[in-house]
Amino acid sequence: MNPLDGNAMAGDLRELFTVDVTAARYTCAGCGHADAVATLILWGQEMGQVGRCPHCTDVVVRVVQAPDRVFLDLRGSVRLELPLAGS
Amino acid sequence: MGIISRGFGGRRRESIPGLPPGQYLTHDFPVLSAGPTPRIPLDRWSFTITTETGAKSSWNWTEFTALTSEDVTVDIHCVTKWSKLGSTWRGVSLDTLLAEVDTAADYTMVHSFGGYTTNVPLEDLLDSKAWIAYKFDGEDLEPEHGGPARMLIPHLYFWKSAKWVNGLTLMNEDEPGFWEAAGYHMYGDPWLEQRYQGD
Ligand SMILES: [Zn+2]
Repeated sequence: MNPLDGNAMAGDLRELFTVDVTAARYTCAGCGHADAVATLILWGQEMGQVGRCPHCTDVVVRVVQAPDRVFLDLRGSVRLELPLAGS
Repeated sequence: MGIISRGFGGRRRESIPGLPPGQYLTHDFPVLSAGPTPRIPLDRWSFTITTETGAKSSWNWTEFTALTSEDVTVDIHCVTKWSKLGSTWRGVSLDTLLAEVDTAADYTMVHSFGGYTTNVPLEDLLDSKAWIAYKFDGEDLEPEHGGPARMLIPHLYFWKSAKWVNGLTLMNEDEPGFWEAAGYHMYGDPWLEQRYQGD
């Protein structure tokens, strides 16, 4: 079996990015705390959104909006768990 | 005819020399923070330069403020598009701090209390281009603006001028800091509008 190229993920990614991400659950890479993205403490709204863990204050997500692009940096999160529509 | 309407009572830039492309002038000093403002007692403050071999040079507050300081008047440019011209600071030149440091590295990572980082090439810290500032407008630097001391690198976008600075690590390879890892430009020249990666 040959490996697939990234296009094969398109369906999954479409699923991922049409859900309400604030309802997703994160797991903090710093302390392991898990909760809804909506419970993150938001800072730095001018340069980008910085979501910090309410438990240890480590940065869990960063979202930077350029005029033509959005950057989503998730290195502070060990995983993001997203509920699927209709489940 | 376009009038700049975003924030801080900006004026059109055409009539203002010293204003890089896409910037507007402010007389305020807006505060941007990516996290809570750390409060650092002076007796717990220190600044440490760590070379690529792990050798450390460190200054406590008394030692740091005993170094030769300079009064500088510079223009500062924030990537969120405000610029402030003719701001006055007092600080210690990075030339002074790096004079005794033995290094062959080309890159640095600036570190701050609170965990903020930003990457700057070493040559951008030398030749009277960068200071660690501890006074602004004749007053002690307030915590909201990065006090006790902040980096001042006016020729780059102001996110490179890290607040609450506490160290510098010399690196052989360039690495992204806090905002650079999240999409901002690795270098950040305001005259080239290097705001985001790929600009
Ligand atoms: Zn945490």
